[in-house]
Amino acid sequence: MRFLEMVDTYWLFFLVGQYPDGPLGGLALTLVLAALGLLLALPAGLLLGLARVSPWRWLRWPVTAFVFVVRGTPLLMVVFWAYFFLPSITGHKTGQFSTMLIALVLFDGAQLAEIVRAGIQGLPRGQMESARSLGLPWLAAMRRVVLPQALQHMLPSLVNQFVTTIRETSLGYIIGLAEVSFIATQINTLVFIYPTQIYLILGLTYFVLCFGLSRLAFWLERRLARRAAPTPLPSTP
Amino acid sequence: MPTFDFSLLLSGTVHDMLAAGLRLSLTLLGVTLPLALLLGVLVALARLAPLAPLRAAGWLFVESQRNVPLLAHMLFWYFGAPELLPDGAREWLYAHNAEAVAALVSLTLYYGAFMAEDVRSGIRAVPGVQLEAGRALGLGFLPAMRLVVLPQALRAAVPPLVSQTLNLWKDTSIATVIGVAELMYQAAKVEAATFRSFEAFTFATASYLAVSLLITALAAWHHRRHPPRAL
Amino acid sequence: MIVFDKVNKWFGAYHALVDVTETIAQGEVVVVCGPSGSGKSTLIRTINRLESIRSGHIRIEGEDIHRPGIDLNALRSRIGFVFQQFNLFPHLTALQNCVLAPVHLKRATPTEARERALALLDRVGLAHKAGALPTELSGGQQQRVAIARALAMQPRIMLFDEPTSALDPEMVGEVLAVMQGLARDGMTMVCVTHEMGFAREVASRVLFMDEGRVLERATPEAFFDNPQHPRARQFLADIRSPFARAA
Repeated sequence: MRFLEMVDTYWLFFLVGQYPDGPLGGLALTLVLAALGLLLALPAGLLLGLARVSPWRWLRWPVTAFVFVVRGTPLLMVVFWAYFFLPSITGHKTGQFSTMLIALVLFDGAQLAEIVRAGIQGLPRGQMESARSLGLPWLAAMRRVVLPQALQHMLPSLVNQFVTTIRETSLGYIIGLAEVSFIATQINTLVFIYPTQIYLILGLTYFVLCFGLSRLAFWLERRLARRAAPTPLPSTP
Repeated sequence: MPTFDFSLLLSGTVHDMLAAGLRLSLTLLGVTLPLALLLGVLVALARLAPLAPLRAAGWLFVESQRNVPLLAHMLFWYFGAPELLPDGAREWLYAHNAEAVAALVSLTLYYGAFMAEDVRSGIRAVPGVQLEAGRALGLGFLPAMRLVVLPQALRAAVPPLVSQTLNLWKDTSIATVIGVAELMYQAAKVEAATFRSFEAFTFATASYLAVSLLITALAAWHHRRHPPRAL
Repeated sequence: MIVFDKVNKWFGAYHALVDVTETIAQGEVVVVCGPSGSGKSTLIRTINRLESIRSGHIRIEGEDIHRPGIDLNALRSRIGFVFQQFNLFPHLTALQNCVLAPVHLKRATPTEARERALALLDRVGLAHKAGALPTELSGGQQQRVAIARALAMQPRIMLFDEPTSALDPEMVGEVLAVMQGLARDGMTMVCVTHEMGFAREVASRVLFMDEGRVLERATPEAFFDNPQHPRARQFLADIRSPFARAA
């Protein structure tokens, strides 16, 4: 088979897997998994991050322990735990997509918890103090004063986390999920004679995707920096 | 409620398999870490060099490594790269643990790129006047870097570098994909052979956590002994 | 109004407040002064429990503020606090800064809160800046908005923690003028400040602190013209040196 022939035969397979004759796969699956994973991990990370900085020890300590354990474990380990034990917990056989999704939400939730915590603690203490001095309860002060500012500062980190999540979807390979790395290997097995080219194309695909997104994060960071530090004003009447 | 038999972990075949896996994981870490760090310093210097092509090459290296998942890198180095070698070299490679070599190469390059960025931030955190002061004494660019800037930069870069080391340790698990018999691989093998997934995975998780804790503790001790000092 | 009863506080091994016992009556304007590290800011911050105390009691309008079960948020809403660093909420306009707490705590409907906020901003001379974000305001303007924000909760007591120390000299006057207006209207105020001119003009009493203790308490005239305690004398001499700012 000639190289261009291979591209012609398999480009669609690479992009969407067996869809519509089967479940979604390939690059499309990678994107869907990453987007869904991060979307679900965000509220989880927000709640965990808030718990990490809350004034109540009974909440802080278990959450800190949880975040510490999850972050100290390889994602692959989390995937294996989910793969082998979710069926016994939920009672039915969990598909590869759900398994990977749950693993991602858990793992990225813990990562996001730390990003949220750093964002909140990066704000000057005076913001929380002045909000509480007005009589606002802790949760209201968080919701209306601290978080809106913290989340804005965190935006570039969140986009970077999305890039990381896209990279993390590649681990679905190991449990047979038909994301783009798995598909590339399948193509390689079928065609056999172009391994270098196939894996270069795989690399290039990820590169374009992730590089584009990290440029976005960089642009966002610059825009936020410009907004936060406009030219200072002189004294006034 | 299934019964858990943790005595399996203490001796016998299961224990031996898992222990061997752990040893290999630690070996991967031990070999890759210094190489990645060295590569990181070199690439960071390249990115700050006065020569534009060198800077561009450094930038390209970092971006091409960081924007592609480690798993894809490993697949490339194991399945794709050997094809580019002359036949003799390729045969030698396959006879001499090609999987481990591919894992080492991909881990070193990948983490070299991440560490390069942290070292570069560290260098940029050192005030420019330090390099000027070094050059004013008559030192060339590289000696001034080596003797004046880098020691300060590396000290500043220790916290993010420790983060990367932790990530490196955890990512040795991905070598499973290309058949390296490290801890993850062995845990999965134990599961397939004995269905004792819980015990095997607990051992593996505990090992990863324990080494992570050790690395963090070493870093904290180092930080106390050598705190970054700014004027 | 505010009673300190043998209040003690430690930061680790450092004894920050030593057996402080004072009474501040309603309508008094008390200025707390002293060298850096004397405990003035710590003292004022214990009043609305931004700082905790190890022993002793603090009573506000007769109520022990550390009694278990007390509604801390309700307490704080009755006390206005103005910070050295203004601490306006940068993502909200001046008006929104003033309206946030009254509306959220259901002290007023949004319309009432808005009207009161506009009136207060007018009182501090900034009605025309109601729609401005803090980054669009000078330091003096931000501090005046901060005062309006605190007043929006209709507090019984106003606390000022070095309100002009972070301002450029030309803006100090506009803030002190607002504080003077409040004093004339009968507000109970406790101010930590280095502005001795303000103390002379506006304060009903001066407390001098050093190393966690209140060493002298007197009327402004008595304090500035004839300080009793040797450290108070030293402090005033240092302040009045040719290179010092106010007094």
